Amino acid sequence: MKSASKRYAVCFSLLAALLLILFALNLFFGSIRVSAAEFLQIVSGSSDNVTAASIINGIRLPRALAAALLGGALSVSGFLLQTFFNNPIAGPFVLGISSGAKMTVAFAMIIFLGAGKTMSSAALITAAFVGSMLSLGFVLLISVRVKKSSLLIVSGVMIGYICSAITDFAVTFASDSSIVNLHNWSMGSFSGIDSGDVKAVSAVVFTALTITFILSKQIGAYSLGEVYAQSMGLNIRLFRTVLILLSSILSAVVTAFAGPVSFVGIAVPHLVKSLFGTAKPQVIIPASFLGGAAFCLFSDLVARTVFAPSELSISTVTAVFGAPTVIWIMLRRKSER
Amino acid sequence: MGNKFLYTKNLSVGYDRNILIDGINISVNRGQITTLIGPNGAGKSTILKTIIGQLDKISGTFFIDGKNAEGISGNELAKTMSVLMTERMETELMTCADVVKTGRYPYTGQLGILSKHDKSKVTEAMELTRVTEIGNRNFNRISDGQRQRVMLARAICQEPDVLILDEPTSFLDIRHKLEMLNILKMLVCEKDIAVIMSMHELDLAQRVSDRIVCVGGKGIDKYGTSEEIFTAEYIGKLYGIAPYCYNENYGTAELEKPRGVPQVFVIAGGGTGINAFRNLQRQNIPFITGIIHENDIDFPAASALAAEVITEKAFEPISSDNIEKAAEKIALCREVICCTDKFGTMNIGNKKLKEYAQKQGKLKNSH
Repeated sequence: MKSASKRYAVCFSLLAALLLILFALNLFFGSIRVSAAEFLQIVSGSSDNVTAASIINGIRLPRALAAALLGGALSVSGFLLQTFFNNPIAGPFVLGISSGAKMTVAFAMIIFLGAGKTMSSAALITAAFVGSMLSLGFVLLISVRVKKSSLLIVSGVMIGYICSAITDFAVTFASDSSIVNLHNWSMGSFSGIDSGDVKAVSAVVFTALTITFILSKQIGAYSLGEVYAQSMGLNIRLFRTVLILLSSILSAVVTAFAGPVSFVGIAVPHLVKSLFGTAKPQVIIPASFLGGAAFCLFSDLVARTVFAPSELSISTVTAVFGAPTVIWIMLRRKSER
Repeated sequence: MGNKFLYTKNLSVGYDRNILIDGINISVNRGQITTLIGPNGAGKSTILKTIIGQLDKISGTFFIDGKNAEGISGNELAKTMSVLMTERMETELMTCADVVKTGRYPYTGQLGILSKHDKSKVTEAMELTRVTEIGNRNFNRISDGQRQRVMLARAICQEPDVLILDEPTSFLDIRHKLEMLNILKMLVCEKDIAVIMSMHELDLAQRVSDRIVCVGGKGIDKYGTSEEIFTAEYIGKLYGIAPYCYNENYGTAELEKPRGVPQVFVIAGGGTGINAFRNLQRQNIPFITGIIHENDIDFPAASALAAEVITEKAFEPISSDNIEKAAEKIALCREVICCTDKFGTMNIGNKKLKEYAQKQGKLKNSH
């Protein structure tokens, strides 16, 4: 009992420290390097290096904040979906939810840009949410008919492909100016996020996260299986609806601003569970958020700097680190059963 | 019947609006174990799943502690009723103690933090089912027997008034079966809770249950005490087996008797014949046995396994008519096995049979 809470404390400190370090590195490194001393000057407003100041304030800070917030949201969303479907490799990307959001956002963008308007943050999030719910609706329909979890994943992947195909189709026939915008975004990237977006993102993410955390007791009960959850007094139908809405909102926000990002939702919750040695939602929800934030900051740093000036898409990096994790998870589960 | 804690009124249960069992009227008392028996697929689990709210009832009502179950909130119900179902609990990185603690769920606050009182209930339940030593082990890595005890501790610390168990003793070895039932009996006696369970082990059900509900065919076939239900005739009908296979005193059954012309005559009595009967059954050799008194301990196995049993009335000396009858049968058999060497006033007739067999050169002593 005592040793468990000690372990949690150590792990939380570790994650927080990692997050801070990665956050700082994201601010310091890039096309121009900023030292810690310069950074402090910029933040305090006493720096006369205008270029550096505008890069930090206008580009790197919002980008790093977005990477952290969205990464956290993505992995919490993954944790919720794994709980909901009782499937260790469920996640917003695998189940086609990200692709669904991508599709509706692409359509919305084409329509808005065609009319010569830019999309507001709220409009982006709404479009992504509609797309998420659309894909998830299909996955749910299938999950009612077939209980086998492997089939669920297959149908999710297929829905993802269909949505991507439709998106590609739309992008191919969109006017030139739209394509440039869409192309970067549909590959997945944290670039081009401004401080206004960050405010919108943090408002949505923190609201959803708070509700999720408050529900951790129910999530824990639900994860024991429906029979026992119900005998513990949980209203299964209501709870399932809330769970689906929360995970959709969280992954929709990510897709709206950063496009589809793969593997974070699957890999991070599992890594965090192994690290903490527990699956208690009270611990794993905040820990997944921190872990996802750190993972995305790290991935974005790699994406930006390793092949600079070329920039990799964020999914390229998350897949390289996330996909082996998924294989490891499946192997380990097989040996455990 | 003033203390009926849970009762049903024309309850119909089933899946997807298809009625499986109709018109269920049973009541369950505090301080009693009520057991559902019946063939596979008769609907025992369906009834239990409906009572715990996992399945929607099709029609009718049921009442818990005088209140219509429909009006009871999930949390209120959780404080009244706890369950141990056949579905395996899905846990990840949870110790046995963690699993038991989930029983306190209805009593904890929004963040699920256990109070001192909650913890003492957990400890108490774990001691009761003797799982304290395995408290720190991973729940996925313990034996079936240990798992059922952990799940029982969990159900107990939920402090229910009624405990519902679906086949709690299936997959357990005999020691764990007895332990499980002893704990239930104790709960019923000491904590005055009501227990409803389903069971396939008729022998144990007969011993532990205060009330038996027989689920078969389209409804509740019969409802009553152990003595009323466990008769060879009725159990035979309920499960569709020949009544002579089933021993109503012990709740056990014998395998089907060998078919064909009897080849062996077995002289038995006083429990000496049972092993010989079973031996012949295993070798698929049809046999006749006698002369066995109707109250003899050999009688149930004899009537289950022998092609024919020559019987004598209880407590009466063997009549000469019967000896004659048996001798005729011996003449037809190729071999005689005599299982007993003790002959007294009542079975002196069997000694005569033994001598007769010896004269015929057919006797083969079993000891």
